[in-house]
Amino acid sequence: MAEKNTEKNSKKIKSIHEWPRHGIQFLWALITNSYLAGFLQGKIYTGKLKSLCVPGLNCYSCPGALGSCPIGALQAVIGSRNYQWAFYVSGFLIFVGALVGRFVCGFLCPFGLIQDLLHKIPFPKKLKTFRGDKLLRKLKYVILILFVILLPMFLTDILGQGAPYFCKLICPAGTLEGGIPLVLLNPVMRSAIGWLYAWKNVLLIVIVLLSIVIYRPFCKYLCPLGAIYSVFNPISVFRYRVDKEKCTGCGACARACKMNCNPVKNANDPECIRCGLCKKACPTGAVCSGWRNEKQKNLTGKTSRDLTQA
Amino acid sequence: MSGRNFFSRHAGILLAAAGLCLMVFGISRGEMSVVFDKAVRICMECIGIG
Repeated sequence: MAEKNTEKNSKKIKSIHEWPRHGIQFLWALITNSYLAGFLQGKIYTGKLKSLCVPGLNCYSCPGALGSCPIGALQAVIGSRNYQWAFYVSGFLIFVGALVGRFVCGFLCPFGLIQDLLHKIPFPKKLKTFRGDKLLRKLKYVILILFVILLPMFLTDILGQGAPYFCKLICPAGTLEGGIPLVLLNPVMRSAIGWLYAWKNVLLIVIVLLSIVIYRPFCKYLCPLGAIYSVFNPISVFRYRVDKEKCTGCGACARACKMNCNPVKNANDPECIRCGLCKKACPTGAVCSGWRNEKQKNLTGKTSRDLTQA
Repeated sequence: MSGRNFFSRHAGILLAAAGLCLMVFGISRGEMSVVFDKAVRICMECIGIG
C-alpha cells in the first residue's frame, strides 16, 4: 500500500507543470529586456532607467536591458574612486531580499529561466545530488566576498579604480546576454576579442552543459546574487509554511524539490528558490506560502531557529 | 513581547525598512550616477573583452 502511494506520488511529481512559473519568468525577462533597437543595432540602451537596478542577474550590457544588474552595479560603486561602499545597491538588495528572499531566483531571474529550460532537455542520467554537493554550495559565498566585494575594493589600478572581477572572470550571464549578441552584431567588438572572451565562453559552455544534467548549477554553486538573497530566506516577509496538522510526512515535497530542500525540516531553507514545486507536490496541501501573518501562527515557518526553540 | 521576539517576528519588515534607508542614503550621496555611468557604456569586462 505504502509502495503504491509512493509510486502515485512520484507520478504526480513528474506530471507537475512548471509552465505557469516559466511564463512569469519569460514575461519578466521580456519586460526588463525590451529595448529591441539594441538587438537590431548592436548597441545598448542609454536611457534614465539604467540607473535603476533589476532584482535578478541581468547584464546591463545586454542589448535589450532597460535596467542595471545589481551585482555589476555593486562592483561598479565599490570599485569607483569616490566610494568605498555601495549603499544604494546594497540597500536595494537588502530591501528585495527582506521582502521576498530567493523568490527572485525562482521567478525574476532571466539566467535562472535559461537554466530551467536547459534542464528540460532529456538526458539519460540527471544528477540530483552528488558527493560534495553541500560543500560546493558554499562556493557562492566565497565568490560573493572575494570577487564581488574584496577584489574590486582592494585590487585597484593607479587611479584607485577596481575592476568588476566577478563580471570579468566568472559571470556567464554577461557572456550570454551581452558578450555573444554584441560580438555578433558589432564588428568593432568582434575585432577586439581575445583570451578573456574565450575563457568566458568556455565557462558558459560548461555551465550550459552542466545545466542539462544538474538543476541550476550556476544558482547552486556560483551565483553571488543567490548567495545574498539566500541569507534573507529565513526571515523574509514572503515565506513558506508547513501545516503540521495536515502534513503526513510522506516526503513528496522533498522528492519534488530540485534544489534538494526538505520543506518539512526547513520551509525557508537558504537554498530554496521558492519555485512552488513542493506546494504542488503535496497531496494534502500542507505546504503553503504567503506574507508573514500573525493569524497564521499555528502554521510553522520552520526556520532552523524555530526548530531549535521547539 | 520581548525585544528579541519582536525582532524575530518582524525582522523581514525591519530589514526591508533598513534597506530603503540605505538606498535613500546611497542615492543622496550620488551613487546612482556611478551606476548609471557604468550601465550606459558597454561594460567590456562583463562581455569578456576588457
